[in-house]
Amino acid sequence: MKDYPIQNVKDTRSGFGEGLAELGKENPDVVALCADLIGSLKMNAFQDAYPERFFQVGISEANMMGVAAGLTIGGKIPFTGTFANFSTGRVYDQIRQSIAYSGKNVKICASHAGLTLGEDGATHQILEDLGMMRMLPGMTVINPCDFNQTKAATKAIVKHEGPVYLRFGRPKVPNFTAVDQKFEIGKAWMVSEGTDVSIFATGHLVWKAIEAGKLLAEEGISAEIINIHTIKPLDEKAILDSVRKTKCAVSAEEHMVNGGLGDAVSQVLSRNFPAPQEYVAVNDTFGESGKPEALMTKYGIDTANVINAVKKAIARKS
Amino acid sequence: MADIAALKDQVTQVRRDIVRMVHAVNSGHPGGSLGCAEYFVALYNEILRHDPENFTIDGKNEDLFFLSNGHISPVWYSVLARSGYFPLDELKTFRKIDTRLQGHPTTHEGLPGVRVASGSLGQGLSVALGAALTKKLNGEDRLVYSLHGDGELQEGQIWEAAMFAAARGIDNIISTIDYNGRQIDGDVEDVLDLGDLDAKWTAFGWDVMHMDGNDIEKVLEGLKEAQNRTGKGKPVMIIMRTEMGNGVDFMMGSHKWHGVAPNDEQLESALEQNPETIGDY
Repeated sequence: MKDYPIQNVKDTRSGFGEGLAELGKENPDVVALCADLIGSLKMNAFQDAYPERFFQVGISEANMMGVAAGLTIGGKIPFTGTFANFSTGRVYDQIRQSIAYSGKNVKICASHAGLTLGEDGATHQILEDLGMMRMLPGMTVINPCDFNQTKAATKAIVKHEGPVYLRFGRPKVPNFTAVDQKFEIGKAWMVSEGTDVSIFATGHLVWKAIEAGKLLAEEGISAEIINIHTIKPLDEKAILDSVRKTKCAVSAEEHMVNGGLGDAVSQVLSRNFPAPQEYVAVNDTFGESGKPEALMTKYGIDTANVINAVKKAIARKS
Repeated sequence: MADIAALKDQVTQVRRDIVRMVHAVNSGHPGGSLGCAEYFVALYNEILRHDPENFTIDGKNEDLFFLSNGHISPVWYSVLARSGYFPLDELKTFRKIDTRLQGHPTTHEGLPGVRVASGSLGQGLSVALGAALTKKLNGEDRLVYSLHGDGELQEGQIWEAAMFAAARGIDNIISTIDYNGRQIDGDVEDVLDLGDLDAKWTAFGWDVMHMDGNDIEKVLEGLKEAQNRTGKGKPVMIIMRTEMGNGVDFMMGSHKWHGVAPNDEQLESALEQNPETIGDY
């Protein structure tokens, strides 16, 4: 099991904020929009440095998506910022028609995704966003795992022509990936090689998978851990190469069991190499108020759940 | 000076195109399309600074037009084709399999003239405002035009956009409401009364004008007046009175021809009322 020292503990949204500010300097076509959540999205640095390219739209997310689509006409590259719930479910039809179907180069940047938003509760804890976004033709869907990776992803998506959904979160979490990493959209990252099971994790669950991998190693189980930061387009080759070796899979995500990474992995396996798969995800229920860690435990997306899922998957191997 | 007789001939021809297109596939929206024939003919022939033969989505250094009430695609397609955006003959493919002339306008099949998909209502004003902002960021003095249905104003996003435009002083946009007073389920005032539209848009910070949309000379005059009102710190709104189904007697005076195609006899009558002028497609 490869070791990943924790460099520091930081929120992924701050990685977005830093990345966006650097993009503002590097690319004069980058513009940003926010629906009254500048502080929460960490967009202050961009706003302060490039006020003429920053648009506060107020609490009107539908309008924000439309204005962003329009800004692309004439060559701007808009980054929208609001919570994941208001970035997807609230504006699904605007994204569908004005952005995805129209092929607009809008970067939908969504913070406070999933349960780890915490105390605000289920009204804000969207667990369906990956599913909604990956169903849209032409949409690229990215869920990086820590501060450094979120920053790298933010900077990478500007070079991709087309709509992107970039999902990140609120809490401070271990920052363990390389500062100078090269972020390749659609290319899974091999976190640690193993032989007994393939763990495909995304977002905050990547660190949980690493924690699980260490504990499993103590029990003599060799887990291969792969960070699927890009859920669409999915790195099918990485998934198949791994499962052909390990013969079973676990998917792990801070998302509903329906529609997210687990479903995406399952589709690849059932078509190409049927193998036992267990899901670490929220089981068709809404969240609630509470501390992020307590919520992850209660709703079954913690380190222990990854370990249990691994053991179940291995036991199901024929 | 505009050749009014020639414009009127094109309006009549566009009406023929609309009813023929809709009849050929027994589907589509003739009512609103007919009511806006004068607006489109005036806009594309006399108002827009555009380059139909070299269409690009970005439309840099061109005026841009956005149709928010995408269901009146027949009138737009007819005028786009007659302005040189794509071959006239392609109007035959309207709503048929493999066509670029989808039921509602879209960029998806690459139809020149269309810069965003519309059909799901209420979204076009936001998009037009974004494009207007980009014109400003790019230092262009070109204008953005948009058209909206009156029933469409029941969508909340319109009012989000209305507030945003005025608050940000987006004054390089001329939006128009097709105020025909009809929508699918009946008269707008019965379905959901819009109240005092002039007062609403004025209160939202727009410079509001009124225009008779079925008199080509008044449309030209109105659009030119609207141009004079741009660049003064406020977005410009034209409340354009039209008659749904205008130019085809049995389609006028009712909401019933919003989205219904004429049968063979009705087509014949509509074409008799609008004789061929500059050539059928």
